[in-house]
Amino acid sequence: MEGNGISRRGVLRAGALGVAASTLPLVNVHGQSSGGRLALGLWDHWVPAGNDAMRKIVMDWGQKNRVEIQLDFITSVGSKNLLTIAAESQARQGHDMLSFPTWEVHSKSNLLEPLDDVMGRLQEKYGGLNPITEYLAKVEGTWRAVPAISGSQNKPAIGRFDLLKQHAGLDVQAMYPAADKAGPGADEWNWDRFLKAAESMQKAGTPFGLPVGQFPDATDWIGSLFQSFGATLVNKDGDITAKSDSVRQVLDYAKRLCAFLPNDVFSWDDASNNRALISGKSALIFNPPSAWAVAQRDAPDVAKQCWTFPAPAGSNGRFTPYLPYFWGVWSFSRNKGAAKALIEHLSQREQAQAMVAASNGYDIPPFDSMTDFDTWRTEGPPQGVVYNYPVRPHHNAKQFVACNPAPPAMAVQMYNQSIQAKMIARVSQNNESIDSAIRWAEQELEGFQRG
Amino acid sequence: MSQGTLSSPVAPAVVSPQSTLRRLARRNSTVAFLLTLPLILLVLGLVVYPFFYALYLATLNKRMTRFIGWDNFTFLFGRQTFWDVVFQSVLFAVSAVVLKALIGFILAHVLHALPAKGQRKWRGMLLVPWVIPPAISTLAWWWLFDPSYSAFNWALMGIGVDPVPWLGTSGWARFSVILVNVWYGSPFFMIMYLAALKSVPDQLYEAAAIDGATGWQKLRFVTFPMMRNIISITVLFSLIVTFANFDIVRILTNGGPLDSTHVFATYAFQVGIQSGDIPLGATISLFMFPLLAVFAIFILRGVNRRNKEMA
Repeated sequence: MEGNGISRRGVLRAGALGVAASTLPLVNVHGQSSGGRLALGLWDHWVPAGNDAMRKIVMDWGQKNRVEIQLDFITSVGSKNLLTIAAESQARQGHDMLSFPTWEVHSKSNLLEPLDDVMGRLQEKYGGLNPITEYLAKVEGTWRAVPAISGSQNKPAIGRFDLLKQHAGLDVQAMYPAADKAGPGADEWNWDRFLKAAESMQKAGTPFGLPVGQFPDATDWIGSLFQSFGATLVNKDGDITAKSDSVRQVLDYAKRLCAFLPNDVFSWDDASNNRALISGKSALIFNPPSAWAVAQRDAPDVAKQCWTFPAPAGSNGRFTPYLPYFWGVWSFSRNKGAAKALIEHLSQREQAQAMVAASNGYDIPPFDSMTDFDTWRTEGPPQGVVYNYPVRPHHNAKQFVACNPAPPAMAVQMYNQSIQAKMIARVSQNNESIDSAIRWAEQELEGFQRG
Repeated sequence: MSQGTLSSPVAPAVVSPQSTLRRLARRNSTVAFLLTLPLILLVLGLVVYPFFYALYLATLNKRMTRFIGWDNFTFLFGRQTFWDVVFQSVLFAVSAVVLKALIGFILAHVLHALPAKGQRKWRGMLLVPWVIPPAISTLAWWWLFDPSYSAFNWALMGIGVDPVPWLGTSGWARFSVILVNVWYGSPFFMIMYLAALKSVPDQLYEAAAIDGATGWQKLRFVTFPMMRNIISITVLFSLIVTFANFDIVRILTNGGPLDSTHVFATYAFQVGIQSGDIPLGATISLFMFPLLAVFAIFILRGVNRRNKEMA
C-alpha cells in the first residue's frame, strides 16, 4: 500500500460514510412514500364540504400507508369528467384511479382492472347491494369498478308538504314520516293519485316541476315512470320491445300529466326544476336533497316546508330514480395495489358515514346496510326532511336507472339521447299519435343496436 | 464534340457548408418559412393530425376493436336524425352567416359615415360582443331566454304580450340559437368590411359623383365590386367557424327540443363522448369537411376569377 497516498484510516472512514450515505435514500423513501405515488381523479362534489371531507379521508389514508397522493377533483359540469375518461382511455395514461359516472364502466371495461377481490370482501362485510350497481359495473361476471359513495344519488320526490296538504289533500309527512314505517295514504301513493295531485297543484298555481327535456333529471324520473308501468323499450337481450300496450299506456298517461305541468318543461335543464322549487313556483320535483340544501341557504322559508318521499307506484311497482358513480382503476395504472386498497378503504362504513354527513345526506352508499346513518334522521329543518331519501324497506321501492334492463351499450345511448323524454314530447308537445312516437323510437333504437 | 472537350477537367466550385447555410438563411423564403414554422406546427398538431386521427377512428367499430371500413358512414346515411342534423347545421350556418354579413355590412357603412372623432368609440362598443368569450355571453343569453324566468318574457308581459317559448319549441329554439350567433359574429364582419371600405379610393366615388351616380348606384357599382373579395373571404371564414359551432347550442338548448337544434359538433359530442360511441362521433364530425369543401371551392373560385380579371 506504499505510495498510493490513502491511509487505512481514510479508507475505513470513507467506507463508513459511503454505507451511511447509501442507506439515506432508502430511509427517506421508506419514510415518505414507500407505497409509491397514486394519482386520483375524483368527482368534484356539488356540496362544497364534500370535497374537503373526501380530501381529508384520502390524505389521512395516504399518510398512514406512506403513499404519495395526487388528488384532482374533476367536475361533471360540461362533461369534463367524461372528456377526461375518454382522453385517458385513448392515451393509456393519466390517473391511476378515477370516478366513473353511471355508464362509463361498461364502455371502458376492457381498460379497467378487475375488482372482484375488493367487491368480494366488501360484500362479505356489508351484505347485499342494489342490483343496479351490478348491472352497471359487473361486466361478463367481473366487477370492473366498485360502486362509489361520493356522488351516487337517488332522485325521489321532494315537495312542499304545506302546499300538497292544502291544495291536493296529500299529507306526505304523515304518509312517509321520519321513521321506519309508512303512514296513512302511503298505500294509495300511485301515479293515478299523482295525476290528481298534479291537476290540483296546477290549479293552485304551483304546478309540479317535472322536466321533459334532454337532461338527466328528465331522463331519470321518466325512466322510473316507464318502469313502474312495465314499459320497456329494449329488453335485456337487446330486442326492441317498444311496440307494447304498457308503452302505449305510459305515453297516454304522460300526455295527461304534461297537461298539468308548466308549458316550458320541454326545455328545462337540470337546474330548472331546482329553481322552480326554491323560488316557490313549484310544489314538487324529483331531485336529490341539493335543491333543499340550496333553499336552506337562499329561501329558508321554502326549505322549512320541504319533505322527501318516494316516487309514486305503478302497476309494475315503485322505482326510485338512482344515478350511481363508480371508482375504477385503469389497467395501465402504475400503482394498482394502492389504488385498490384506497377504494376498499373509501368503501368502509366509517368513510361512508363521514361522506354522507359532509354532503348533508346527498351521497347514497350502495350497501343496504348503510342506510341507517344519523345524518338522514337529523338533517333539517324540518328535522327528518331527507329521512326518506335513501330507499327504505317500508317504501316498497327499488332503485332504478333509466333504460335498464337494455344492455348497457344500448342503454347509454337511449339515456343520453333521452329517447323516452322525446317520445313524451312528441306525443304531448307535437301532438303526434302514440303509434307515431313508438315508430320513431323503434327507428332510433335500431340504430343503437350496432356493435 | 472533341474528346478533348469532353475530357477537359472542370474545376469544381468549392462551397463551404458555412456559406451555404448563410446563403440559405439570407433567402426570403427561408425566413418566411421559419417565421411561419410555429403556425405550421400548430396546424399540423391541432388540425391535420386530429383530422387524420378522426378518419382513422371513423373506420372502427363502436368498441374500437375492429376495422369496419365505411360502415359508420353508411349507417349514418340511413338515420333520419342524422339528416335532420345536416339540415339544421346548414340552416344554422347559412342563415347566421347571411345575417351576420348583412348586419356587418350595414354597421360598417354607418361607422364609415361617422366623423373620425366619434368613430373609435362606437367601433369599440360594437366590438364588445365579439371579444366576450362566447361561453360566457351565451350564459347571459340563456338567462334572457330562461324557460321560467326569461327577462325577455318579463319585458313582453310588461307590455301585455304573451311569453314566448324561446327555447321550448323547435321554431323559436332555432331562431334563438341563430340570433345569439348573429349577435356574437356580426362585429367581426363589421370590422372586416370597415377595413375594406377604408381602402376604397375616394377618387372612384368622386368620379361616380361627377357621372351623376346616386347613393345606391355608388354602393352597387363602386363599393360592392371593390369589397367582393373581402366579402367572399369573410363569408367563407365565418361559414367554417359557424359550422363548427358548439358552445351556443350546447349551452342554450343541448340540441333540443326534440333534437331540432343539434348541429354537427353538438350531435357528435352527444354520440361520441356522452353515449360512448367515439367512432360514430368522429364520423359525424367529418361530415363538416365535404360540406365546407363545397362552399370553399365555390367561394375561392370566385375570388380567383376576380383576381385574374383585375390582373
